[in-house]
Amino acid sequence: MLTMAMPKGRIFEEAVGLLRKAGYRLPPEFDDSRKLILEIEEENLRFILAKPMDVPTYVEHGVADVGIAGKDVMLEEERNVYEVLDLKISGCYLAVAGITDKPLTGVAPKIATKYPNVASNYFREQGEQVEIIKLNGSIELAPLIGLADRIVDIVSTGRTLKENGLMETAFIEPITSRFIVNPVSYRTKDRVIDDMVERLSAVVEGVDDYEDR
Amino acid sequence: MTVPFVFEKPLGMRDTLPVLYDLKTNIRQRIQGVTETWGYRFMNTPTLEYYETVGDASAILDQQLFKLLDQRGKTLVLRPDMTAPIARVAASSLKHEPFPLRLAYDSNVFRAQEDEGGKPAEFEQIGVELIGDGTTSADAEVIALMAEVLNKAGLEEYQIAIGHVGFIQELFLSIVGNEERAATLRRFLYEKNYVGYRRHVREMALSSIDQKRLMALLTLRGDGSKLSEAIELLPTDKGEKVLSDLRTLLDTLDSYGVAHRVKFDFTLVSHMSYYTGVVFEGYANNLGVPLSNGGRYDELLSRFNRPAQATGFGIRLDHLTEALNPKREELLPAAIIFSPERKKEAIQQATERRSKGEKVVMQELSGIKDLDAYSEGFEDVVYMIGKNGRGTM
Repeated sequence: MLTMAMPKGRIFEEAVGLLRKAGYRLPPEFDDSRKLILEIEEENLRFILAKPMDVPTYVEHGVADVGIAGKDVMLEEERNVYEVLDLKISGCYLAVAGITDKPLTGVAPKIATKYPNVASNYFREQGEQVEIIKLNGSIELAPLIGLADRIVDIVSTGRTLKENGLMETAFIEPITSRFIVNPVSYRTKDRVIDDMVERLSAVVEGVDDYEDR
Repeated sequence: MTVPFVFEKPLGMRDTLPVLYDLKTNIRQRIQGVTETWGYRFMNTPTLEYYETVGDASAILDQQLFKLLDQRGKTLVLRPDMTAPIARVAASSLKHEPFPLRLAYDSNVFRAQEDEGGKPAEFEQIGVELIGDGTTSADAEVIALMAEVLNKAGLEEYQIAIGHVGFIQELFLSIVGNEERAATLRRFLYEKNYVGYRRHVREMALSSIDQKRLMALLTLRGDGSKLSEAIELLPTDKGEKVLSDLRTLLDTLDSYGVAHRVKFDFTLVSHMSYYTGVVFEGYANNLGVPLSNGGRYDELLSRFNRPAQATGFGIRLDHLTEALNPKREELLPAAIIFSPERKKEAIQQATERRSKGEKVVMQELSGIKDLDAYSEGFEDVVYMIGKNGRGTM
């Protein structure tokens, strides 16, 4: 049996849609179940539903063989897993935003973010000295009440930023969801996983990464 | 005032409690036994080494090294692997012994963990190094020995993936032309980032045939039939040499009776940058991390001024123990609980039973607080209490 770690929330629906398109028969109750572990016996698949940020952790430790994780999470967590396929779902991008786009002043401007590694890597590359403040959500609040000068977060439509009077000051990198695989499972369950990769890549939209095989 | 971290240990450090110690000893003895029958001689090296010699040569990431200073201010490291120290010994203390050398080790190595638990920073590695032999037979011997060791340890379900870093390097250089661009491609493989690799390949100014060759590398995984696919990707003299060597390797492993454990995987690149040829990893079906790894390192010995081709493997004892998931068949000792007036008699009986190899605990009655709870930990209990009281209760 193959165990797949799925991200709860935003990406989940799109990921399930993709799996169905790839020919996996997932029952309708799959979509609104509150169970954390779901077994689909006829497909020989077991799904675990995890926080998006935790998916690579489950896969790295091998309790899940494969998983679906955002590139943002992969960049932040730097887990030892194979990033095999760009699923091209849940597209968005990582960006810096603030109340104004005037250059940062002060000795050590403060940056609020859910992605402390991504943020500190980015500002190091820019050669700017900053202090990172880790928040767990509603990042847009930080510059509004003076906790931070900038935020680093994912932006999909830009509406949240706009409604809170924030403007994007820099683009960091585009984000999509990735199909990830545990290094041991990639070798010991290669047949099932290769089959899954093939079926998924056939339904991934846009330029097909895998067509060059 | 600070509260002392009485029960805390540095990140990644673990206690080995008696039950686990017993299990490990058992596995360790079996592995050492097999390794010795293949003519490998066990040896030890110091826990601390100079940073410039071993730390630098070991190819473990710098931030994973535990470093400290000696009294004269020289940087030391807790050895992060055993291959570099053994290479040092082979090139110094053993430099008059003729090649090939067959050496084995069973030692703790240290790699600092940055982020979280679940990954030990100190772990026991058992392995061998076959130094001064560049033949395919040597490659086959260490792989076959690793399989034999896993068999003898009692592991039933496992697989070995074999790759070849020389093949990858030759493929990259023949297509992209220079080392710098080849290194970029290697880095994507090492980081396991296939999405990035494919994107990078598409963006490079290459002919569509060369792009296809680079893309096809990612699918070179499977049984011996993949070797024929590989030869189409790299029809150079060096490529043909590598693939005919791998064919010989597979034949030899077949003679050893372990070919069914083996798959080829040309995407396998190790974090150890000193590997130059065949590389391999062992996997248990029920474990999310590799059990063992190894490969050919023909350049390492020249860093210690005794150039030699070499190959070897290391097995993580903690991972192997976890994969074996052995039953806790701890043999409980017997106990003789005595009172002072019969101490002499108790000692006599204990000595007699111990000389037969039995485990016997001697415990004076007045030292026990809760007799019922205490006596549960023993196979059987003999009481020698009171002047005339008789034996067993």
